[in-house]
Amino acid sequence: MNQDLLFAIAIFVLAVLVGFEVISKVPATLHTPLMSGANSIHGIVFVGGILIAAAADSPLSYVLAFVAVVFGAMNVVGGYVVTDRMLQMFRRRPSAPAQSEGARSGSGGSAQ
Amino acid sequence: MSQEWVYTLVFLAWLLGASLFVVGLHFMNSPATARRGNQISATGMTIAVVATLVYLASQGALSPTALAIIVVGFVIGGGVGLWLARTVAMTAMPQLVSLFNAVGGGAAALVAIDDYLRVLGTAEETVSTAVFVVLGVVIGCVTFTGSLIASGKLQGIVSGKPILVPGGRLVTIALAAIAVLGFIGLVFGAGGAIALDETAKLVVLGIVIAAALVFGVTMVLPIGGADMPVVISLLNSFTGTAAAMAGFVINNPVLIVSGALVGAAGGILTKLMADAMNRSLMNIIAGGFGGGEGTVAEAGPGGTVRELTVDDAAIQLAYANLVIIVPGYGLAVAQAQHALRELADVLEARGVEVKYAIHPVAGRMPGHMNVLLAEANVPYPQLKEMDEINPEFERADVALVVGANDVTNPAARRPGTPISGMPILDVDKAKSIIVIKRSMGRGYAGIDNELYTNPKTGMLFADAKKGLTELTAAVKAL
Repeated sequence: MNQDLLFAIAIFVLAVLVGFEVISKVPATLHTPLMSGANSIHGIVFVGGILIAAAADSPLSYVLAFVAVVFGAMNVVGGYVVTDRMLQMFRRRPSAPAQSEGARSGSGGSAQ
Repeated sequence: MSQEWVYTLVFLAWLLGASLFVVGLHFMNSPATARRGNQISATGMTIAVVATLVYLASQGALSPTALAIIVVGFVIGGGVGLWLARTVAMTAMPQLVSLFNAVGGGAAALVAIDDYLRVLGTAEETVSTAVFVVLGVVIGCVTFTGSLIASGKLQGIVSGKPILVPGGRLVTIALAAIAVLGFIGLVFGAGGAIALDETAKLVVLGIVIAAALVFGVTMVLPIGGADMPVVISLLNSFTGTAAAMAGFVINNPVLIVSGALVGAAGGILTKLMADAMNRSLMNIIAGGFGGGEGTVAEAGPGGTVRELTVDDAAIQLAYANLVIIVPGYGLAVAQAQHALRELADVLEARGVEVKYAIHPVAGRMPGHMNVLLAEANVPYPQLKEMDEINPEFERADVALVVGANDVTNPAARRPGTPISGMPILDVDKAKSIIVIKRSMGRGYAGIDNELYTNPKTGMLFADAKKGLTELTAAVKAL
């Protein structure tokens, strides 16, 4: 095997270990947003779609690249927006319970 | 700038993007920083995409056709994704995530297929390329159809019940065998150990693709709707792995790192979910117990059920000191989270302390209930996780169970039932219990809930939304 491939395998393994560590600390309450967040990260295949679009040289590969770009873009854009929509709602309202209606139109929901 | 410098800068930008994914995931550890974490991750993605475009432009590799494909594809795919993400109801979130997961897996498979077609018959067609191509194609295709079926099951397009076809298992095993044989054929074909011409290789690849696509369907169909969250999480992990394989194929570090991260993340998350439901992954994949939507059954032997009127329930709630609300799947289905919050507000205005007990698998996915309640503006600090709230049930005057079933069944503490060992909420320890439920239907586990025949329990038979609205009105009228 060539050197590049060995290095690539090394970073793959290390990234897997980082993934285990980062995830194992997340509380259960955030699991759905987390799944959605991780889902948007694998939207990185959009970059793969861009690269094969640039390398495409036949009608078939143009079609494959186009579908890959569409799919990847949908994964990335939809994934991040939907995750943000979920997380936007994790915010505390002011301590007085009576204020419940006021908090609804809160300032874009910056979490405290 | 020389080409080498450009590549170095682009490589560093990719590395920065990947690092931001890690940092972003890290920030998602806590509700307070989670949103920022997602934004950091999105920034990483933007950097990675822009760096890629800059790199290609500097190489002169962006032909007008390629640019058109990228721009039009981005507008279409991104537009559809944006529209869905903005408009879909919060209760439909899990199936949307599954849909995005499906297209991600499909994209990874396409990248691998395309690269294989390009290198086929050239010196670049090495054993390692063939290994990663076939892995990427198989995992990506399985994820694509599997996630679509999972999404369809949650959306109700495909039946949530396990669909068992006679001999279906054999078909699944046969498909897996075909994929493995195809893998061996293409890998040894690339190494020259098996003499295959290009046409034969394309045919083999086509067979592998078809087998993987059908495998995704036959793998998910027999699994009941209750297990879908775990399946979606597993498929999410698969997509990450497929993206990493695609990264190996096109030799791109950012795909490898990000895909590996998600592969590991999804794996851990899948295990956590399966643990919380006391299911092993093997059991789920093999399609064990549980028939999806609860079947209606009259109260089984072993106790009578006490029915409450709305007014009785309202009085109990209004004069309690501490009410613990246990929301479940039924609340999500009835989209009653706003009605629940209104009831809680009315109670709080009367000085009643209200807390929410969230079982790890309440709703359709771990954390799903938190999202729904957050949407209804329930303050995050009132949401208590199982371990935190269980000791408090003894102190609670009323436990109000809305659409939750198996996670409250005391039978789980005894051995010998399908849910034995599953961690449950100690609802039966509260001084009194009110259960809002449409019928005596069983939960996913398909067994009677002993909580309902507990003498302390009163049943309020109603749709969650209707029942809660009536309760709120009754409390206000007191």
